[in-house]
Amino acid sequence: MQFESFSAFLAMGGYGFYVWWSFGLCFALTGILYWDSKVRHRKTVEAIRSKILREQKLKKVAQQQNQI
Amino acid sequence: MWKWLHPYANAEFTYQFCGKSLRWFALLTLLCLPAGLIWALMFAPADYQQGDAFRIFYIHVPSASLSMGIYAAIAIAGLCSLVWQLKLADAFGAAMAPVGALFTAMALITGAFWGKPMWGTWWVWDARLTSELILLFLYLGIMALHSAFEDKAQGGKAAAILSVVGVINLPIIKFSVDWWNTLHQGSTVTNMGKPNMSIDMLWPFLLSFLGFFFLVAVLVIIRYRTELLARNSMRPWVREIVLNSQK
Repeated sequence: MQFESFSAFLAMGGYGFYVWWSFGLCFALTGILYWDSKVRHRKTVEAIRSKILREQKLKKVAQQQNQI
Repeated sequence: MWKWLHPYANAEFTYQFCGKSLRWFALLTLLCLPAGLIWALMFAPADYQQGDAFRIFYIHVPSASLSMGIYAAIAIAGLCSLVWQLKLADAFGAAMAPVGALFTAMALITGAFWGKPMWGTWWVWDARLTSELILLFLYLGIMALHSAFEDKAQGGKAAAILSVVGVINLPIIKFSVDWWNTLHQGSTVTNMGKPNMSIDMLWPFLLSFLGFFFLVAVLVIIRYRTELLARNSMRPWVREIVLNSQK
């Protein structure tokens, strides 16, 4: 352990502002990209599914029209 | 000679394979990255000149290095797309670009936060910083081209051309500190294969680097699978996957 206390750890020898802001921003940006990637995947699956279901519905309606 | 590779150029196989390997990369990321960064923050020694601000190095160098590696991968994928019309390569490039942009941004941000206490400035228009910023713009350009066209194949072609043309930036970034009189320092880690760094800094650096590498794999795989689904939405295998994933 390079630091004697937690407050020394936060202070980072006087450079705390620079170390924690840079680490923090990187962590936040990575988290945002990770979250965006997962959301985008889920939305893509949902979009394709609703497209397929709509297609099936239209096909069914067209078949019913033909029968009439 | 390369026939054994051909089954892998199949979108469905790639999708399933990447899906299975994702959990391993995620596990490796969770093993390496927190350990590497905690080691860097708490256990690695402070630099004798830069003090604890040096700990920024453990994010800065891996992300800068990976930002270039990711671009090289996108350029190679772009080449495969243009020369062999491999549609998977288009999807791959589209998946990697945001990840590369993130890592370039991380390199620039950590660099700025490191530069302010050490050099007295957040930014300077020296060769390495400027060429890394250009790399960020190249990434944003690739992302823009992919999404600018209704037809994904057209967007992919344009983005592939940009990625191949922009590859010249990589040797410029790498050798900028040797070719020009720059503020950014020269190489710290490697020196003819034998690192200049002390061993108790080298280990957390390598562990962090590995952790970031696996993180890239995780992010790219998630996005790659999304791209594969989107670009093959009419195929039966996609329909089966999509209809079976009731969430």
